[in-house]
Amino acid sequence: MNAPAAQAAASKGAIRIQNVDKVYDAKEGPVQAVSDCTLDIRAGEICMIVGPSGCGKTTLLNAIAGFHDITGGSIHLDGEMLCGPERPKAEPGPDRVVVFQNGALFPWKTNLENVAFGPVVQGKMTRSQAEQKARGMMADAGLIGVEHNYPGEVSSGMRRRVEIVRALMNDPKVLLLDEPFRALDQLTKSVMHEALLEIYYRNKVTIFFITHDLEEAIFLGHRVAIMTTRPCKPKKILEVDIPHPRDYSVLTSPRFRELMEETVSAVHEEAVKAFEAGEKEM
Amino acid sequence: MSNVKQSASAGEIGAWELLTYRVGKWLKSPTPYLMLVGFALFFGAWYLLSEVFRFWRFASLPGPKAVLTEWFNPNPVYGMSLYTPDYYIHIWSSMRRVLYAFIISTGLGVPFGLFLGWSKNFREFTFPVFETLRPIPVLAWVPLAIVMFKGDETPVIFLTTLASFYATALNTMLGVQSIDVSYPRAAACLGASKWQIFRHIIIPGALPFIFTGLQISVGVAWFSLVAAEMVSGEYGLGYLILASYVNVQYPIIIIGMISVGIVGYASSALVRMAGDYMMQWRVRELALGGAR
Repeated sequence: MNAPAAQAAASKGAIRIQNVDKVYDAKEGPVQAVSDCTLDIRAGEICMIVGPSGCGKTTLLNAIAGFHDITGGSIHLDGEMLCGPERPKAEPGPDRVVVFQNGALFPWKTNLENVAFGPVVQGKMTRSQAEQKARGMMADAGLIGVEHNYPGEVSSGMRRRVEIVRALMNDPKVLLLDEPFRALDQLTKSVMHEALLEIYYRNKVTIFFITHDLEEAIFLGHRVAIMTTRPCKPKKILEVDIPHPRDYSVLTSPRFRELMEETVSAVHEEAVKAFEAGEKEM
Repeated sequence: MSNVKQSASAGEIGAWELLTYRVGKWLKSPTPYLMLVGFALFFGAWYLLSEVFRFWRFASLPGPKAVLTEWFNPNPVYGMSLYTPDYYIHIWSSMRRVLYAFIISTGLGVPFGLFLGWSKNFREFTFPVFETLRPIPVLAWVPLAIVMFKGDETPVIFLTTLASFYATALNTMLGVQSIDVSYPRAAACLGASKWQIFRHIIIPGALPFIFTGLQISVGVAWFSLVAAEMVSGEYGLGYLILASYVNVQYPIIIIGMISVGIVGYASSALVRMAGDYMMQWRVRELALGGAR
């Protein structure tokens, strides 16, 4: 499989997930959320993680981000161990920034203050330097005229873009996206997809993107990892051989349809299993 | 792009324009007129029951006419009205005590509540004690307050502080616990240290609850102040109410009560305004009809 041109440029941000286990201590007894999960994410690729609700995808993301510990296996970022046997919980940091499912822009800070937040708290830039850079990056992402508005005053699509720019301000190696466009309507979603790709082509970070939406997965991803229902591990990894840069015309191409068909049955099988097991969102 | 420009300029509306706009809108709505009708009905009923029909027990209640003539009398029958300096000394004594109590209870209650919400360990060893002390009514503290504190002022301020402190601390703690876990996580991702998270996330995130607590706190302060002043103290509206009862100056009781109501309402309004000032983001969000 030839690496698409877009990912060849990036040399940082490879995540190696090896035999990861995660057991939760829930009220009704231990719950195995992730079991023996091994997945290699290449530097600079967009890796889409697809699986039924509550299958443990977010658990995996939380382990990489450092919000939760793991109970077995290890995760490495560019050869450095994030978490493993000696250190079950990774330290959260600006090399792996999360964009949250329901959005986590701080409502009490303006959009500009939100975007400038990372470099300022890290002590890398003064406030005015950070705000100058933030203005530039917001302008590149089409966010002009909303700098001094609070997140609550702009549309949900715009909030998502601000949040992605806030993450990119830190020059992260990896962006961890947890169903970031789930709450958006279909039209806004399509705009956001193209906006995300545009941002990606300019910044070349590794993207770990959790979604339920197959169309979204195939449209954006270099690869799509279809996960089994709980405990979570990759069931099938699909190489999306549609060349980047992509735009929305891809959706109607025959190859796209073929890939959709290839994934639908695998995903459906897991969804049925999850439904029958009555899995809750974790 | 045009709606982007619009929302940007909406953010630049001055405070004065906003105020006049709001007052104008308020005057066009039924709210102020309904409020007037409500007051008219209340005073009308009071007047009819106590002074016209002298119905049942209301016969011994001073009526609004008696109260108002005394209140606005340059030569008051019982020696106190809007024209006598004594009236303002009572009000000022009470206001000063509430202010001290409010400052102390806020200064202690907000940090205490923040740590209660922030640190599990701190909560585990202090919260049970806090919850045991909280239900003890202010009046039960009166004897101890008089024994522990010298003079007339300090026991009253101590008693007034107590209930306010509970309200502020409890609401602040709930405020910290109400913060969506994504916010501190996002801040940690962006490289914030524990203290930076506390400063940039926990404090502003808890602010809406803190101000709810402060509004309750200022109300409770007036409530306990009057009780405390009835027991100890020489001046103040609570003292005035009790002294007028002892001296059989019944209209003054009502004047004292209404004065507490008015000053208490004004102090709540001040706290609310301070909250709006400190939480512009919330005011603007709500002005848009809660766009979130």
